[in-house]
Amino acid sequence: MSADAVHAGAWAGLVWALRRDLRLAARSAAEVLVVLGFFFVAVTLFPLGVGPDPRVLRLIGAGVIWVCAMLACLMSLARLFAADFADGTLEQMLLSEMPFGAIVCGKIGAHWLTTGWPLMLCTPLVGVQFGLDVTEVGVLLLTLALGTPVLSLIGGIMAALTLGLRGTGALLALLLLPLYVPVLIFGVGAVDAYSAGLGIEGQLSILGAELIVALVGAPLAAAAAVRIAID
Amino acid sequence: MAASIDAGIGAGLEVRGMHCERGQRVLIDALDFDVPAGSVLTVVGPNGSGKTTLLRALAGLTQARVRRVAWRRVPIALRSAAWRAQLAYVGHQPGHKDELTAAENLELACVLQGGPAEPADRSRVLDEMGLAARSQLQVKRLSQGQKQRLALARLALSQRSLWLLDEPAAALDVQARDLLATIVARHIARGGTALIATHDPIDLPGARSAQLCLGLAGALPPAAMHAPAEVLAAARSDVR
Repeated sequence: MSADAVHAGAWAGLVWALRRDLRLAARSAAEVLVVLGFFFVAVTLFPLGVGPDPRVLRLIGAGVIWVCAMLACLMSLARLFAADFADGTLEQMLLSEMPFGAIVCGKIGAHWLTTGWPLMLCTPLVGVQFGLDVTEVGVLLLTLALGTPVLSLIGGIMAALTLGLRGTGALLALLLLPLYVPVLIFGVGAVDAYSAGLGIEGQLSILGAELIVALVGAPLAAAAAVRIAID
Repeated sequence: MAASIDAGIGAGLEVRGMHCERGQRVLIDALDFDVPAGSVLTVVGPNGSGKTTLLRALAGLTQARVRRVAWRRVPIALRSAAWRAQLAYVGHQPGHKDELTAAENLELACVLQGGPAEPADRSRVLDEMGLAARSQLQVKRLSQGQKQRLALARLALSQRSLWLLDEPAAALDVQARDLLATIVARHIARGGTALIATHDPIDLPGARSAQLCLGLAGALPPAAMHAPAEVLAAARSDVR
């Protein structure tokens, strides 16, 4: 096959998987809404638990929203490959001429569009509860825009590695949350730096670098892990 | 030992020195076989003898050591894109999404198989499989046999030349078994090749076919373990 044909096949695989998973998500919209609902409820518990002191709330706001976004992301990751593994469609994908890495990439893209993206849309609403002002919410959204795709990408690797095991949920959390720490530190760090009147280019650059590395490596790593799990 | 039907006819699949293990157990050792173009190889054997492993290894889903695989006389690597482009596989799970309709599942599968199936082709095949009235139903509302018929529809639309079918008739009624035989016969007539693992060989009148019997390697004496004789390959008497 020529390089052009491989390129076209990869693109076709990505688009095929993206459209398929989005269509499936539309059919089972409840699953998407449950994740969003979890995010909303979990974030809302903090102002109720910590108390109404506006200084404290403003201080913890970005961190709470980021942690809850990670947990919400984790909830939906367990099913990323497991459902297709159970009904045999994953096998059919492995047998396609379209590169499997591209199909995995499309699936991860669909995961972000059905979790990371809706979480971002909710963020201005929940930000109000912590007294974050408009520009702070803007910075928070910027970090989420760079960071949540990394959550889906790294999550894809771990979801593939735990494929076919029992009690995947807790194991996935144990494996995945430590890997999310760098995203959390720089995501929250950017908002804190902005609130303190400092520059945020450094944190955003590191988040961007994490995104690029994850974008290049994660789909291929996840594809390799799926092959091992199917064997 | 080779289960060759007739080496003179169009070259299809040639496998030499295949070795598969599951866990610590050797299931298939030093297996050689040929499946010429336009013929069927029925893989039979007791439960646990490695029928599924053989097909999955050929599909590249399970690791296996193979000394040589050639497709149409050209050596080819299992798991390569060129190899995958030849394969259609029907395994134990039907491979449909429950939330989507039968028609949608078929459409997705056609794109995945790289086949240029037109909507008209798809509805014709659904009709042939007796699923026309149910094509707009979600697959979770179909019975087990109907799901398997949908897998047959996918197969019927496949342009791939090597079919690997693992117990394709397991949940099918008599009528659907005839459909399966028709589809396979049509594929063979086009010069296609099929490996079918089954306990209940499909009757394909007129089609050239051979049988590959897998023995239980674990039950054989150690001396025979490495001899190809553990795989008793017998050409059926009606083979010409």
